[in-house]
Amino acid sequence: MEKILNWIDARFPLTALWESQWGKYVAPKNFNFWYYFGSLAAFVLVIQIVTGIFLTMNYKPDAAKAFESVEYIMRDVSWGWLIRYMHSTGASMFFVVVYLHMFRGLMYGSYRKPRELTWIFGCLIYLCLMGEAFFGYLLPWGQMSYWGAQVIVNLFSAIPVIGEDLSIWIRGDYTISDITLNRFFAFHVIAMPLVLIGIVMAHLMALHETGSNNPDGIEIKQQPKDPATGLPLDGIYSHPYYTVKDLVGVIVFLAVFSIIVFFVPDMGGYFLEANNFIPADSLKTPEHIAPVWYFTPFYAMLRAVPSFLGTQVWGVIVMGIAVVILFFLPWLDRSPVKSIRYRGGLYKGWLAAFVVAFLILGYLGVVPVTVWGQFPESWPVLGAADRATVVSRVLTIVYFLFFLLMPWYTAIDRTKPVPERVT
Amino acid sequence: MKRAFAALCGALVLGGAGAAFASGGADLRLEPALVNRLDDASLQRGARTFVNYCLNCHSAKYMRYNRLTDIGIDLPMIQDNLIFTGRFDSKSPNFDWLPTKVGDTMNIAMQPADAKEWMKVTPPDLTVEARVRGADWLYNYFLGFYKDDASGSGWNNLVFQNVVMPHVLWQSGGVNRLVSTEYEDHEKAQAAAIAMHGLVLLAPGKDDRYVVESLVQETPGTLSPAEYKQMVSDLVNFLDYMAEPARNARIRLGLMVLLYLGVLFVFAYWLKHEYWKDIH
Repeated sequence: MEKILNWIDARFPLTALWESQWGKYVAPKNFNFWYYFGSLAAFVLVIQIVTGIFLTMNYKPDAAKAFESVEYIMRDVSWGWLIRYMHSTGASMFFVVVYLHMFRGLMYGSYRKPRELTWIFGCLIYLCLMGEAFFGYLLPWGQMSYWGAQVIVNLFSAIPVIGEDLSIWIRGDYTISDITLNRFFAFHVIAMPLVLIGIVMAHLMALHETGSNNPDGIEIKQQPKDPATGLPLDGIYSHPYYTVKDLVGVIVFLAVFSIIVFFVPDMGGYFLEANNFIPADSLKTPEHIAPVWYFTPFYAMLRAVPSFLGTQVWGVIVMGIAVVILFFLPWLDRSPVKSIRYRGGLYKGWLAAFVVAFLILGYLGVVPVTVWGQFPESWPVLGAADRATVVSRVLTIVYFLFFLLMPWYTAIDRTKPVPERVT
Repeated sequence: MKRAFAALCGALVLGGAGAAFASGGADLRLEPALVNRLDDASLQRGARTFVNYCLNCHSAKYMRYNRLTDIGIDLPMIQDNLIFTGRFDSKSPNFDWLPTKVGDTMNIAMQPADAKEWMKVTPPDLTVEARVRGADWLYNYFLGFYKDDASGSGWNNLVFQNVVMPHVLWQSGGVNRLVSTEYEDHEKAQAAAIAMHGLVLLAPGKDDRYVVESLVQETPGTLSPAEYKQMVSDLVNFLDYMAEPARNARIRLGLMVLLYLGVLFVFAYWLKHEYWKDIH
């Protein structure tokens, strides 16, 4: 074994790679619950790739056969139902763990100097994941697949001058059709995963270069070294410590994942929608079109923005900026401390408002705008307007103010002194 | 395309308003369906009803006959008692009758285009219909038919207004009549609806009044109301099974997987605990 390893190491930096990326990677010893979601995201990526490969063996990207081939997988392929449910559950769970992972970053200031690139690669992963999910959602070729894609692609046609041609170029047709299905399949199974894996590697390499942040926001690399081990005082090797800890996390995650896959694969219509068991029909628009839950906060923003100057493009722009603004976070935050533990009430308040706004927008994106009824007609300004639309507008503003006011409130916030050692 | 998008957004908003009227304005109370996924006898009776009454206009083209071994019917019994379809062999000189094979899917002879011409709509394929509608909806749909001379088929449905499908099970279930009572406000209508049993529809009527609609039996069928409900339960149970034949296997496997993960967790947690002893 030793000999084989030496032979390889003389020709390829296998040991060096293992040690720099995990084996001898020094991490802070105080990771808490929130630090499971990075390794879990990688784990879900593996689930999606493996189950995806097996689905591809039986799925047919053909408008006349796609729906049928999914039912074929569910019925006639050995363990096909398990592979498919793992993939559909994995899609939603990917967003669950990624959202929790991003929230961790917001709480502990993981995006701050020197980890700006780790954060930017992470945002790119999120963008990529949105694309991957969008392309994949068309493949079962049910009514929601079809009309969801129709609505999203039509967003591009709101762009002035080039919009119409652009949306035709994306679809390859005047409506969502077999041609669209084929190209979305190509994007879903090869183009996006390839890019995704590349950025994930960059994300990890950047992280392992700077070292991990921690719940206290202390740079352990700046600490004095322990004379016995030569490691920073609060640093430990990832392996075996975080290997065995993340293993526990993976098992707990798998338990939650299995409960969904085996007992509630539809998740009450949130992971698999009832309407998607009706084959796509270009002549029958469903009564209520809503994207899958992980897109709904942005969808609520899109619907909340009124059209003016004779174009709908503003909603599309707002939705786009809502995602893009994440990239600028490292430069918007001017607090002297990283972690929420040492920040003042202003940041805590704004972060709480941001999370609440995001969650309520997520809910409002699922339901029709009439869900909460209308304001009484006698009211000034708001008279007869849909309550949900007005609330969405307010929350969209809250979402953006969290970012736009950040340079101000983080600068004047009353912070606590950061200790030398992790707690 | 820009106009299409605007129209789509408009349709979205209007569609939303329509949906709110249906669920917020009109209120349908369904009877819970009495289905049991583990009751093979019920599933078998449901399969019999399905192939006899449904599988003429509706197909179940993703469901294979031999899959019915899941619910305890053996292959010869499927071949002899549940398969009524087949085709004439165009290659043989005598146009021999070739019955559908037991490994085939549940197709029907009627072509979708013909169906559309004859009935205005193509009857939907029923393989996964239970996943679209849910068991409760289907159960009440079969209980919701009533006589309506104004409609094309002579039938209407409380659950699915102006449905094209006639009451196929009327000989068993009998003929229902619609009873409609007007109330001056929502409160009174609601009180009256709550006091009633079974399937009830509360809808806004003319002049700000409210209507409560329910069904009474006019002519009894060959089955008593209780027997008919059993027949419908069995049918819905079967439709529910057919929508996802792997369900029972899925749940059984899930319990074992969780048990395994539980054991694995104990070992993994112990391993972590041992390693981390020297850190704290």
